Amino acid sequence: MLSIKNLHVCIDGKEILRGINLDVKAGEVHAIMGPNASGKSTLAQLLAGREIYKVTAGSVHYLGRDLLAMSPERRACEGVFLAFQYPVEIPGVSNALFLKTALNAIRKYHRLPELDAMDFLKLVRERMNRVGMDEALLLRAVNEGFSGGEKKRNEILQLNILQPKLAILDETDSGLDIDALKLVADGVNDMRGPDRAIILVTHYQRLLDYIVPDAVHVLSQGCILKSGGADLAKDLERHGYNWLETGDLIKQIA
Amino acid sequence: MHVQPQSWQKIELSLVPDALAGHDSPWILAARKTAFKRFSEHGFPTKREEDWKYTDVSLISKRGSLAPDNIPPDAPSEAKLLAWALSGEGMHLMVFVNGHFDSELSTIDDLPDGVQLSSLADMLDGDANLPESLFSQQHEHTIFAALNNAFVTDGAVLKIAPDTVLETPIYLLLIASGHGLAIYPRIIVMAGKNSSATVIEHYMGTLDAHNFTNVITQINVGVGAKIEHCKLIQEGPAALHIAGVHAEQSKDSSFTSRSFVFSGRLVRNDITSSLSETGCLCTFDGLYLLDDKQHVDHHTRIDHIAPCSTSREYYRGILDGESRGVFNGKVIVHHGANQTDAHQTNHHLLLSKQAEIDTKPQLEIFADDVKCTHGATVGQISDEGLFYLRSRGLDADTARSVLIYGFANDIINRINTPYLRKRIEHLLLDRLPQGDMVKELL
Repeated sequence: MLSIKNLHVCIDGKEILRGINLDVKAGEVHAIMGPNASGKSTLAQLLAGREIYKVTAGSVHYLGRDLLAMSPERRACEGVFLAFQYPVEIPGVSNALFLKTALNAIRKYHRLPELDAMDFLKLVRERMNRVGMDEALLLRAVNEGFSGGEKKRNEILQLNILQPKLAILDETDSGLDIDALKLVADGVNDMRGPDRAIILVTHYQRLLDYIVPDAVHVLSQGCILKSGGADLAKDLERHGYNWLETGDLIKQIA
Repeated sequence: MHVQPQSWQKIELSLVPDALAGHDSPWILAARKTAFKRFSEHGFPTKREEDWKYTDVSLISKRGSLAPDNIPPDAPSEAKLLAWALSGEGMHLMVFVNGHFDSELSTIDDLPDGVQLSSLADMLDGDANLPESLFSQQHEHTIFAALNNAFVTDGAVLKIAPDTVLETPIYLLLIASGHGLAIYPRIIVMAGKNSSATVIEHYMGTLDAHNFTNVITQINVGVGAKIEHCKLIQEGPAALHIAGVHAEQSKDSSFTSRSFVFSGRLVRNDITSSLSETGCLCTFDGLYLLDDKQHVDHHTRIDHIAPCSTSREYYRGILDGESRGVFNGKVIVHHGANQTDAHQTNHHLLLSKQAEIDTKPQLEIFADDVKCTHGATVGQISDEGLFYLRSRGLDADTARSVLIYGFANDIINRINTPYLRKRIEHLLLDRLPQGDMVKELL
């Protein structure tokens, strides 16, 4: 589904990603772990189309097409979804209007009829229930005054409503208490399926106790240092990232 | 350079009063004459005057005659259509065409007991029974008020008896149509003790109207009364509109002014309220959406004279093209007005590099024990917000429009009259790219 080859990315002349190679197939869940400033969020935002990053080399193909040539909205309509690490507040725009506008934009792209108010409300209520969100948040401005947990749940709600093919979750677990984490994990597990790929960007192993990945990649200083199965995350939790960043140890493991 | 044109100086007031309302009343004639004399002596304000520093009114002096047209014209078809649509909303509708009351288009027959709504010209021509002071220098907040005192043609006089609650808004539709007109309406509201009403003043110009409108609105809010005044300016693209809205609040009264400007070449609103007794609440809201070379100036002034009153002010402007906005928010807490609680914010969104805003909060505090805050921001559309919306499938135009809508919504949401709220919402969205799509979803 997603094929990243030798990707180099800069911001303000500083190279953040230095030759990333990654293949994600439909039906798979990949975790990308790594210390702060390793380039995880840059990768996540770049895939969603953030224009402040500059690709200096390499390619990204999504469903066989050049992802980097698509506008952010085109990507969204084609099924790419990013759950933001810091969901943006949109003052004056109700969550309901936001969700309806987004859903209908994507439906329109696929030449599907727009959902009417009743059907939309039914859908949203059902999904809100599932991610444990208070319905009152529908009438509030998007993310404005939401607690950290509410913001993250709101991202999962959008994920569940928009039903993308490729979901990228950028540190959706950070700042969540254990109950919220479980709800968010349930929301993500709900979305697992043979036609969908999920990329989890995270610092911690914790989330992976609830969402068991098919592959784990460790990103450090803009490169993937190591890839492995779900167990790799557990090793990282035990030894910390230094364990991998020390060359000798890497050799030992190899 | 002295911006004094020759044209207005040539106008002799003596040419006019015979035709203007109230010409049989000596006091009205005298008031007009002395007001015109004041205006002549002062002339048009220049940018050297602090209050007019950012607003050049030479456009007014450059145009033709300042004298009002005394022949009520036929209402243009747009006016008829709008009046018809409005009458269907069940509001008390009073229509003016080029400053003259049009009784045929108006529906003011079923006013509740205790409410008197009349044409000012009818009152001036009949047994006026209006306080002479309304036309005196004492109530002239700018020199343009003197001009209005001299030339006022007609307008609305609303008297609400004590304890009368007017559920349905009074809707004043003021149409401008035709070339080179000078239009001088006057709106007078006298709200008795514990009464309550909403008055909407809607200025609508036809596309080709090249009018100069000079209007004064005087509102007397009685003890415990609650008055909401909404003003919507949709003047023609070449129109010049200079206005004053002046409230005087008695004990425990509440006054709300909402000012919306969507079109017009040059607009200046001086909005003031005088809180001369305790326990008053005064709220000023404003929203404008400007484009091209539009120039819109709001000068507001709240006088806290007595203790224990509250004032709130929320202004927002969206500026595109080469438009220019001016906001000057003066709050004066007079000596002894302790426990005043005043708060003012104004936020502006600049959509183009050529648009300009001059904003100035002006707090003058002469009392101790007061709570006064203000805040102003000038910003652009947020990149983060834009990316967030686009990442959810909204194209760039729609995303921008949603963000602008959200910015304005803070003010729109506060409008209590559903009809007006919807109208403002649509006026905004009609101007935004893909606004129709957003409209459908509301």
